[in-house]
Amino acid sequence: MIRFDRATKAYPDGTVAVDGLDLTAPTGKTTVLVGPSGCGKTTSLRMVNRLIEPTSGTVLLDGRDTAGLDTAELRRGIGYVIQNAGLFPHRTVADNIASVPRLLGWTRRTARDRALELLELVGLPAAYADRYPAQLSGGQQQRVGVARALAADPPVMLMDEPFSAVDPVVRARLQEEFLALQREIGKTILFVTHDIAEAVTLGDRIAVLRVGGELAQFAPPHELLTRPADDFVADFVGRDRGYRALDFAAPAALEVREENTVRLGASLEEARGAARDGWTLVVSDAHRPLGWIDVTAAGPGTAGPDPVGREHLVLGGTTARGAEGLRELLDAALSSPSGRGAVTDEAGVLTGTVTPEDVVGAITAARAEAAAQAAREPAGATTDRRSQAPAEETA
Amino acid sequence: MNLIDWFADPAHWVGPDGIPRQVLTHLLYCAIAAAAAIVIALPAGLVIGHTGRGAVLVAGLANALRALPTLGLLIAAVLLVSPHFGSQLAFAVPALIVLVVLAVPPILTNAYAGVVAVPPQVRTAAHGIGMRPWQVLLTVELPCALPLVISGVRSASLQLVSTATVAAYVSLGGLGRYIIDGQAQLDYTQMLAGAVLVALLAVAVEALLLLLERALVSPGLTGRLRRLPDPDGDPAAAVPAAAPSPGRAP
Repeated sequence: MIRFDRATKAYPDGTVAVDGLDLTAPTGKTTVLVGPSGCGKTTSLRMVNRLIEPTSGTVLLDGRDTAGLDTAELRRGIGYVIQNAGLFPHRTVADNIASVPRLLGWTRRTARDRALELLELVGLPAAYADRYPAQLSGGQQQRVGVARALAADPPVMLMDEPFSAVDPVVRARLQEEFLALQREIGKTILFVTHDIAEAVTLGDRIAVLRVGGELAQFAPPHELLTRPADDFVADFVGRDRGYRALDFAAPAALEVREENTVRLGASLEEARGAARDGWTLVVSDAHRPLGWIDVTAAGPGTAGPDPVGREHLVLGGTTARGAEGLRELLDAALSSPSGRGAVTDEAGVLTGTVTPEDVVGAITAARAEAAAQAAREPAGATTDRRSQAPAEETA
Repeated sequence: MNLIDWFADPAHWVGPDGIPRQVLTHLLYCAIAAAAAIVIALPAGLVIGHTGRGAVLVAGLANALRALPTLGLLIAAVLLVSPHFGSQLAFAVPALIVLVVLAVPPILTNAYAGVVAVPPQVRTAAHGIGMRPWQVLLTVELPCALPLVISGVRSASLQLVSTATVAAYVSLGGLGRYIIDGQAQLDYTQMLAGAVLVALLAVAVEALLLLLERALVSPGLTGRLRRLPDPDGDPAAAVPAAAPSPGRAP
């Protein structure tokens, strides 16, 4: 548990970076500090490992005041991940990961074995152990950065915008892996980001800070999205918060509709026979959705999509895995060229389709249910369900 | 008498004034001066770069030292220092002082610049994972600064090899003998031979230091590594390697 007790950082020129922060990051959970530039989120984080010393107030780690501890020893007990990873360019990947164990006096052998273990944990091949950071991409470097922070198995991790410097596709994957990893290792994590979407995706609790280092709201993501404390938080949380809040809504009770499909290689005649509103869903042999085909596309005198090949597929739509995540379902329905979103089971096999009207109906029903439940239960109880499978491309 | 004949003359290769002896003397002056300059300038440059204190001093001092005319300094040093030393050292010490003064600036500025150029996130990470300040300096900043440090030593060494000829001006040995004596005797072949020897020695020293650099600097810093195919699909890193690449690209 990390506890800030009226922690303040003021600079001699009068700038106040953090102003009387009271915050508790619970054990085994991810607490996200989020806010615009200059809100003191990184300063707050660095007060935990004393890269920055508070001018007043205290920071406690499992009840112990960090001010009384030896800084180097304190830091060796806290995992630290930063933007751009900050790997040591002159050390190999394995030596980078083994840095803290070596500082703690582990033997070369033990430290290296541990490094190889961690390399696997963060999803990098063992062959990378003897490469240098300059040989890795940004995303790979960041994985090594996470591995280095985990090497000595610290109970607490500080992560300072770790995924900000990688491209969106890699970032999404790293976030997904972060969630999976955290489910497995259950560290007490303090995570800084300026990206509210990232905060909502990764955080168990989110602290929104405003410029001047003042805590604006501290709440679970769903509450932040649906009940921002004030205009600043509402503004910061952003315009599409209603849409994003769907991730945290109760599981939908939604019946998928049956959908006629054809396989790749079917004749245009078959596709026409199966079409509804001019569109037919094409599936693979394993009955996974591949894409939609526009059976009216063939103009006079042209051959048209006959037989149906991959090149004829319209790929714009996403698929929803499972019929429970309202945001995924709505996205699938809205992005599908036919207006019918493909829904699959966990293995990716088609179970049917949904229309936007179906999803909106389910959202309305879920709302009514939540309101009824809120009326029965004392205020403050919030659901904290998080969709586990992100929307996938194709179909 | 042309240059080839001069080198072919066996008399020039033996005795206390012979080529091997003068080369060794020349190298000895250079080595002593370089060692002293490294001992003075390297720790100073590293510590100033690490703490960020005294950066103005580095720039000012280095430029001031560079502006000193070597020959003038030599004469001043002889006048000031010689009376305090007996016999041989009376001229050797002033000559070495001049050479050290010459070698300090490039080593000092490069050591400083090397440490300052360590990316801030690398330094932050080093402190953040729990290295003590001296560990940050010696196990992160120094190895990362090494390419620049060595390049400073190289440029200092080159200047030393060429400037150590002034030792002969105050009656000491070294390759400068051929130049000074040649001038005195109007023996231009001998002068030219001295200059050629200095040039050859400079090239040899440079080659040696390049080898040293190869041996000391981490391959992670040299930019000679090949990038690897990327499982994340990051196109920037996806330079295909035909086989698992060796540590260094050819």
